[in-house]
Amino acid sequence: MIAARAPQRPSDARLLVIAADGSLTHAARTRLPDFLRRGDLVVANDAATLPASLHGVHCPTGAAIELRLVARRALAAGDLKHCTALVFGAGDFHMRTEDRPPPPRLAAGDRLKLGPLDAEIERMLFHPRLIEIRFDGSPAEIWAGVARHGTPIQYAHVPDPLALWDVWTPIAAMPVAFEPPSAGFALDWGMLAALRERGIGFVTLTHAAGISSTGDPALDALLPFAEPYSIPAGTARAIRRTRAQGGRIVAGGTTVVRALEHAAALRGTVCAGLGVADQRVGAETKLDVVDVVLSGAHEPGSSHYELLRAFADDLVLRDANAALDARGYRTHEFGDSILVERRSASHAAFCARVARAAA
Amino acid sequence: MEQTYNPATRRTAHANPLAGLRVAITGGTSGLGLALVRAAVRRGARVAFVARNRERVDRIAAAAGAFGIVGDIARKEDIHPVALQIVGLLGGLDCLINNASSLGPVPLRPLGDTACEDLELALATNVVGPFRLTKALLGALAASAREAGTAVVLNVSSDAAVSAYANWGAYGASKAALHQLSRIWQQEISAQGLTFLSLDPGDMDTPLHALAVPDADRSTLKRPDVAAQELLDAIAGALAKRSAQSHSRGGAGTNVEATASA
Repeated sequence: MIAARAPQRPSDARLLVIAADGSLTHAARTRLPDFLRRGDLVVANDAATLPASLHGVHCPTGAAIELRLVARRALAAGDLKHCTALVFGAGDFHMRTEDRPPPPRLAAGDRLKLGPLDAEIERMLFHPRLIEIRFDGSPAEIWAGVARHGTPIQYAHVPDPLALWDVWTPIAAMPVAFEPPSAGFALDWGMLAALRERGIGFVTLTHAAGISSTGDPALDALLPFAEPYSIPAGTARAIRRTRAQGGRIVAGGTTVVRALEHAAALRGTVCAGLGVADQRVGAETKLDVVDVVLSGAHEPGSSHYELLRAFADDLVLRDANAALDARGYRTHEFGDSILVERRSASHAAFCARVARAAA
Repeated sequence: MEQTYNPATRRTAHANPLAGLRVAITGGTSGLGLALVRAAVRRGARVAFVARNRERVDRIAAAAGAFGIVGDIARKEDIHPVALQIVGLLGGLDCLINNASSLGPVPLRPLGDTACEDLELALATNVVGPFRLTKALLGALAASAREAGTAVVLNVSSDAAVSAYANWGAYGASKAALHQLSRIWQQEISAQGLTFLSLDPGDMDTPLHALAVPDADRSTLKRPDVAAQELLDAIAGALAKRSAQSHSRGGAGTNVEATASA
């Protein structure tokens, strides 16, 4: 697989479809609606991405730091005052996160100067790079400061600086994500019109997609962090109606899988409201709601890849990875996409037989 | 799970469709824009406005009870920071009013004497800026429409958008382009529940009009607060109409022709 080079979405993006029987189909991503059926419902994450990287100074030492906002207490509108943040020493995204120097020794009560924003460390969390901060000022002053001074969190695999317009999907609405909910890049307004014409539903939820890498193995092992989400009433209704009528629920991104399965596990069905997804989705997860997932192509071992194991058997995913490599699919948030149908019962039994025979 | 704020119930719970409505207004510190900010707040809307001058923005935000955002719609780099602040502060968006306008060259002059840069500035402020801001906020507006049956974009137009007035070339041509954008947006995206309005507020007693026609008889001009009430009535009408449709048709939106009283 080839890492994404340009920040802009590739207009020639491709789609690998992994069907319920394990068969693979290659297509242009613009053909996505061809792989859906009348009566299906696409559920996308409409979170907009915050410019969550803030460069500044640790006042007690004068040391340069980069602070990355990684979580909020809740999705409450208007309040950015209290955030969880990850702190790096000097340098920026051009350096791989695992090579970044640590920040100076941090302590509760330390003042931070981040461009126009002033903040204080409220408390240290369970890792010397992970802190809770409180910004000074009114909501309007905090939003203005973040909007003017912040830049999108990014990694060394994309060398050009990203602007907000690079990380907002076409359907981006509430700014609560810390990295883009990248499956949304596969959607555009022309495709939404096409879905509608074909009788395929489209709704959204809002899920505060978190960061994908901290550069620290101990912290990375904890990813994804707990992520708040909000499911609108109309979305919950559409999901129940679709399931009652035998349509499939198509999750636009791993964050949507996480939110819907979390909501369903709480109540037995998807209800409207707020929640905090804190579960991991993997090979052992029994999916209650989602039938199909649209995702980026991700390397084995990543939390995104683990989530796909809830949909497809390891043998199928191994074949799919070989196909992605052989055809040079682009990984990461600005690359190509895969569409994975949940394994059929008969195919799961077949895979189990193969695995037993091999053992 | 705790039940969240639900825009779907908002518009049926109140006879006043503007109550609780999340509204963004550009050019909110003078003339029609300022009147719109004040009138929308009075009618119960939650308002964020945008203007270039920080001191004026802060003063009017405090006096009007609205969120003030400093930004220049004509600058590409300002658009996403402005959009971020709007949806961040209001927690979403139900109505965008693209009101900020540039006259082009002042005093007005014939096209033959209009500097290309003055035409470019009029286009940047009156056409490209509103287009960029609408695009940046389209996701938030569509989310509101999916939940409540409707969201509204009002582009403030002018009779100069359709009539050819000598010396009004830069302004008229840019307003004509904005009007046509409104109509095409409406064709393309009304199925997603958005309504685009392109409305002419009439000749008003505003700083912009004074720049254009310094010797006008002000007693013949419409007061901006009257025009603001008329525009808000039009928005309320679009919200009520769509709300009724979304209830009778189970949420399916239908086409409403972009209206322009030019």
